[in-house]
Amino acid sequence: MSNEPKMTARHVNVSYGPKQALHDVSIDIEQDKVVAFIGPSGCGKSTFLRTLNRMNDTVASARVDGDIRLDGQDIYAPEMDVVQLRARVGMVFQKPNPFPKSIFENIAYGPRIHGLATGKADLDVVVERSLTRAGLWNEVKDRLTDSGTALSGGQQQRLCIARAIAVDPEVILMDEPCSALDPIATAKIEELIHELRGRYAIAIVTHNMQQAARVSQKTAFFHLGTLVEYGATSDIFTNPVQERTKDYITGRYG
Amino acid sequence: MSAITLSLVVAGLALIGWLTARTRAAGFRTGAQRFSSLPTHHGWYVALWTVIPPLVFLVIWAAVSPAMVTDAVLTNPAATQLPPPGFDRASILSEARELGAGRAFGAFNETSRLLAPAYAAAQSRYDWIATALALLLAFAGGAYAFTRIRPGFAARTRIERIVMGALLAASLIAILTTIGIVASLVYEAARFFSVVPITDFLFGTHWSPQVIDPRDPGASLGAVPLFWGTFFIGAVIAMAVAIPFGLMSAIYLTQYAAPRTRRWMKPILEVLAGVPTVVYGYFAALTVAPAVRDFAVSIGISWASSESALAAGAVMGVMIIPFVSSMADDSLAAVPSAMRDGSLAMGATSSETIRKVLLPAALPGVVGGVLLAISRAIGETMIVVMAASGVATLTANPFASTTTVTRQIVDLLTGEAEFDSPKTLAAFALGLTLFVVTLLLNIVALRVVKRYREAYE
Ligand SMILES: Nc1ncnc2c1ncn2[C@@H]1O[C@H](COP(=O)(O)OP(=O)(O)OP(=O)(O)O)[C@@H](O)[C@H]1O
Ligand SMILES: [Mg+2]
Repeated sequence: MSNEPKMTARHVNVSYGPKQALHDVSIDIEQDKVVAFIGPSGCGKSTFLRTLNRMNDTVASARVDGDIRLDGQDIYAPEMDVVQLRARVGMVFQKPNPFPKSIFENIAYGPRIHGLATGKADLDVVVERSLTRAGLWNEVKDRLTDSGTALSGGQQQRLCIARAIAVDPEVILMDEPCSALDPIATAKIEELIHELRGRYAIAIVTHNMQQAARVSQKTAFFHLGTLVEYGATSDIFTNPVQERTKDYITGRYG
Repeated sequence: MSAITLSLVVAGLALIGWLTARTRAAGFRTGAQRFSSLPTHHGWYVALWTVIPPLVFLVIWAAVSPAMVTDAVLTNPAATQLPPPGFDRASILSEARELGAGRAFGAFNETSRLLAPAYAAAQSRYDWIATALALLLAFAGGAYAFTRIRPGFAARTRIERIVMGALLAASLIAILTTIGIVASLVYEAARFFSVVPITDFLFGTHWSPQVIDPRDPGASLGAVPLFWGTFFIGAVIAMAVAIPFGLMSAIYLTQYAAPRTRRWMKPILEVLAGVPTVVYGYFAALTVAPAVRDFAVSIGISWASSESALAAGAVMGVMIIPFVSSMADDSLAAVPSAMRDGSLAMGATSSETIRKVLLPAALPGVVGGVLLAISRAIGETMIVVMAASGVATLTANPFASTTTVTRQIVDLLTGEAEFDSPKTLAAFALGLTLFVVTLLLNIVALRVVKRYREAYE
């Protein structure tokens, strides 16, 4: 693996209408690493995450400035194909959002639209592989035709992760993937993140300090739309440079 | 005493009751004691008790008094000349009533002229009885209420209960009226089916009510061509227009249109739903039907009808577009936006997202909407009266003419036949069939839509 960062963001500003939500954020997202975004509510974590796969395009009032690259390629360049980009940079949402289709169809959806699998046999392979990687295969292999919405919340979230994996992304973005789950389901997702690390670059937004400390190698602390501090997770949690980071981590505000 | 004077007197009594009760209740207030009811509540309590009993009495009286008046008239010696019970007798009696009330000036019938004074006398006697009873009830009600008010009396809760009762009565009236209509429909239809076997009606394929053989009326009253025509125009042709256009406009409005566009386009579509159907009717008859015929002739169908099923059905479809569109719009909007985001984040395009995720998710709602639309289309009357044919033919050719159930009901009832001929009664049988079918469609549709709503709650 090269030491080039997978994604780079430079001087990113985002505003919703007249309201600026992010100020001059610069960050590198490295291959083989999990980066955690932490910070108080409303500080712009989700906004930043959504600039990385251009989901902000779906918000009519959002405006993104700055330079964001994936493997050195400007993702906001006019010739960039958003469909391609989102296949390479997958996303998992805060609330599990399986499609109201069968478990099989949920996973097969992405490979079908991107033409990654042709024929039932191919799809079967992709579906099994994705569910296995998401640690869900053993639980659902006998009920692939059941509706995805009939699973438990934690299973649904792993289904969504499997769905994202199915199109072979290079980066996976997760926005508070555990905030709607109980501790056991959360532990499973964290375990899953450990296993996925190395295969994908992962960025995860979380409100849970312990979770950030457990799953990530690098941590970025946002506050009021700015990136306050970014560094190795161990440093951020034991020896933060900025006073604000220290206050937040020790729970003095948040 | 006329009805107006009577109401004024009762209102006056109520006012007096209101004032005295309020004054009396005001006297209860001494010192810092608190009562649940204010003096006005006591006033209203008495006033309502003054007005409602005579009102209820008069409503009942209006229903039963005509029969009592007639009974009184029948004791008159001249009544012995009346023909036996039947249509003639009823018409002589009603003529006598009109004469007696001074609403008619000449009589066709000697007997009714003789009975008129008896009618006038009986009517005025009963009117006096009614007035006296109403006033007595008003007075008694008011007095009763007045004796009940005392310092701790909860007039406020009583009024609340009376108000609730009034609201309940109002909503019951709508329901009872519907039940009454249905009952009369069933009654008349039953009379029809006592003459014409129900199987002839439901499964017969020959419909020509103009020439009915009295020995076998069922032979020319087979409604299958009408059912088919209704289905063909309302559920096939109209939906072939309304579903695609309605759905596409809903998709455009919910998924593609900028909020600004949506702000003016949606109201316009909704306004379309308010165009009187008669306007669509002459648009169909005068503009679309000739155009359809000319087109058919130009492609070599020389026999094409100028009352084609296609013209009526297509215009009906246009009429229903806003309806389908707004139902589909609601269903699409009810699909959580997380579903859409999830699909877009997978790298699906907008149209893939709509086709593969949003529409399947919204499908039950859309289907429910379409069923409701069909039920409206098959009950629609004006367009088919103006643009469809009156002749029942069993055809699946859109350029041929067909007729519908509603169109036939109009034709049957505006004809000159007697009221209890099989021809006229057939209208009620058709009406009942239509009612049952639309009712079932609505029930199914509302269930489907409701299930769907629950799925996303
Ligand atoms: N679609 C939008 N339209 C307008 N303003 C928005 C929109 N989405 C976010 N914002 C604003 O941008 C700012 C950053 O929001 P963002 O959702 O990125 O915060 P966050 O850090 O993810 O918060 P949380 O931890 O609560 O999820 C907030 O002030 C928010 O009000
Ligand atoms: Mg957020």
